[in-house]
Amino acid sequence: MDFALERILQRVQRPARYVGGEYGQVVKDKAEVDVRVAYCFPDTYEIGMSNLGLRIMYGVFNGLGGVWCERAFAPWVDMESEMRRYGVALYGLESGDPISGFDIIAFSIGYELSYTNVLNMLDLAGVAVRSSDRGEDAPLVIAGGVCCFNPEPLADFIDLFFIGEGEDAACEIIGLFRECGDKRDFLEAASKLDGVYVPSLCEAFYNDDGTVGKIVPRQGVSFPVKKRIVADLDSSPFPVDSIVPSTGLVHDRVVLELFRGCIRGCRFCQAGHVSRPVRSRSCGTLVEQGIESLKASGYDELALLSLSTSDYGEIFQLCDGLIQWCEPRRINLSLPSLRADNFSVELMERVQKVRKAGLTFAPEAGSQRLRDIVNKNLTEGELLETCRIAFEGGWNSVKLYFMLGLPFETDEDVVGIARLSQAVLHTWKQHAKSKSRGVRITVSTSCFIPKPHTPFQWEAQITMDEYLRRVELLRASMRSKAINYKWHSPEQGFVEAALARGDRRLGAVIEAAWESGSRFDSWDECFSLPNWASAFEKCGIDPKFYANRERSDDEVLPWSVVTAGVSEGHLRRERDAARAGKKTPDCRELCSNCGVGCVANGK
Amino acid sequence: MENKLRLRYSKVGKSKYLSHLDLSATLRRAMIRAGVSLKYSEGFNPHPYMSVALPLSVGTESVCELMDVGIAEGLELEGLPERVNRCLPEGIKIAEAYFPSRKFSEIAWVEMSGFLYYDESVPYRACERLSARYSLDCIEVKKRTKKGESIIDIASFVCDMAFSESDNIEVAAKLSAQNPTINPANVMDALAGEYEELAPDFTSFKRLELFDSGMKVFR
Repeated sequence: MDFALERILQRVQRPARYVGGEYGQVVKDKAEVDVRVAYCFPDTYEIGMSNLGLRIMYGVFNGLGGVWCERAFAPWVDMESEMRRYGVALYGLESGDPISGFDIIAFSIGYELSYTNVLNMLDLAGVAVRSSDRGEDAPLVIAGGVCCFNPEPLADFIDLFFIGEGEDAACEIIGLFRECGDKRDFLEAASKLDGVYVPSLCEAFYNDDGTVGKIVPRQGVSFPVKKRIVADLDSSPFPVDSIVPSTGLVHDRVVLELFRGCIRGCRFCQAGHVSRPVRSRSCGTLVEQGIESLKASGYDELALLSLSTSDYGEIFQLCDGLIQWCEPRRINLSLPSLRADNFSVELMERVQKVRKAGLTFAPEAGSQRLRDIVNKNLTEGELLETCRIAFEGGWNSVKLYFMLGLPFETDEDVVGIARLSQAVLHTWKQHAKSKSRGVRITVSTSCFIPKPHTPFQWEAQITMDEYLRRVELLRASMRSKAINYKWHSPEQGFVEAALARGDRRLGAVIEAAWESGSRFDSWDECFSLPNWASAFEKCGIDPKFYANRERSDDEVLPWSVVTAGVSEGHLRRERDAARAGKKTPDCRELCSNCGVGCVANGK
Repeated sequence: MENKLRLRYSKVGKSKYLSHLDLSATLRRAMIRAGVSLKYSEGFNPHPYMSVALPLSVGTESVCELMDVGIAEGLELEGLPERVNRCLPEGIKIAEAYFPSRKFSEIAWVEMSGFLYYDESVPYRACERLSARYSLDCIEVKKRTKKGESIIDIASFVCDMAFSESDNIEVAAKLSAQNPTINPANVMDALAGEYEELAPDFTSFKRLELFDSGMKVFR
């Protein structure tokens, strides 16, 4: 190991996350490698290594002959300052080589508040942050992940965006990269691939009122860029023999991906819309992958991942198959993302025979009227019935998640959250198996953020003051000490909202915020609203224009350069249905012709 | 003690940055991967029985670590280190596995070596002056314990100390392992105050061997 690095590691928190060397990492012979990829995750090691996408793509890239994919994460602030002081450039964890010498730097971007970390990592690598400042010798900088469904705010920094699921396309992109003489040739050729958006090959024009006038592609580039998906999840690669970090993560466990997409059309949910259509892995494949992953990792926990686990068609067979193998080996099965229905508690009881983890449900809105508006198909009766079964079964802690500021929310809806929480408490009083240990009901609210490619993409976010008013209204309506109300500060949500629906002009703002010290914005201890406010001001841009303004029906949306497959017509129909307070049935019940085109087993 | 197995292993290179908890989890998972059946505790939250002889500071290397693990009956010992080693991350390697006959409490001394680095140049006649410093009959240093800070005299808890010079200073010594535990940082603290000039800017240490109170190698 480099001596300078060794010295600084003695002075930073948790140095193990900066050295690599874990079991399962891929090390290749440099002489047999012609393309070196740095897979960069713009957050800490602990968060990045818990990300299934990283593990899948690490496996996919390294599965290609001649390609060596290494990892890099955002160093925490103490490490960053040591690296800058001693001139240690950002390096790949596997080789320790500076990533500035790699061929491709690939970012996985899952949330808007990591944008400043993207810039910071490029800078720490000694690579110019703006694409236009990077010469032919600089690495190609590409990005994927859910944020790329609106690539425009990062358009100045990223050479190529990949939209959608990358398993199949990785090989094509690397192949093209090898064939092409220079970057420009490559970008032009790559822009013809499905799922590839090259921002330098199009130009944006603006109206006098500040809205986007049009975004014009160069000849030969077709718009909008259509996202890529993996048609058959069962045969797509899954990393059963992945890296086992030696230092503790957020979750140290095997993760199985049951399906992609979601049959529920919750109107606020970006993930549910951009990941359509629903594609499942078969129960047999999952049991096999679960057992193989547990054997290969030595983990004692296995989690089932999807947007709504109770909607997996063969969930009972799957749990039985896994429990049979896990129970004698003392391996816990955990089921995040359960819906608040009776079925879920039955599932929980089956799975959690020893330890009763807390139950978490997300009713999202406090009244039936508003739940119908957002198409969260959950009734109060269902929620209370679920809680009854859970309390009778010995659970005595429930967490409930809500959003404030959903479109068309009234004060009655806000107070409805308190009323619903009270009803949950009442259910406990009536049905608790044992009252001696008391009950803990935690209610938390965050500020709704309208996201691209959802039926609410045209809506305004409520202002921070209005959010705080609603928080106060709700707080004043909570009457029991058994109910603990926590609210997230609206500040991060406000910046996130501006970035989420931003256009190309926000590149300057992101750069200014980063230059004046913003990084790790998703971390409360690092986020600074004043810093962001002055960055917006410096660029002459009003964040409220992006966050708190309702878009007119005919406005050109910056993210219209890409399509997630769901038609604009569907989104508009859903928005109208929301206005009318009408629910839309789930995909299994009735196809709503969203336009995505379901594949084989999507029904 | 038939169901308790003692592992002697090294923890060097990148793995020196693993904390005590990280190391336990890493060894546990490696043994599970290698198919070694562990003995679990009873109760609400079963966990395998694992006990490390002398916890090692993050950043310090060692080629003489000992850990006892509870194992299920009928475990095949033949080839066990090799099997587990194939499942371990860089820098951790099991040298041998055996049924122990002695208790960790009998460990009295830890032999260590290390390097002292100076940003400028090695101070004038450093070896001689360092040797003189550590030959005094009373060497008082501040030591943090659970009860707070106290001043202790480490003179009788450090022995066979030797220095040699090349580009930097190499040091070797045996330190009291338990009651009290003296670690290299405590020893370096003796260079505060009037000996400041001899205090290095960076150090690295490695544990080499464990001894009992009669200076016989402990296994």
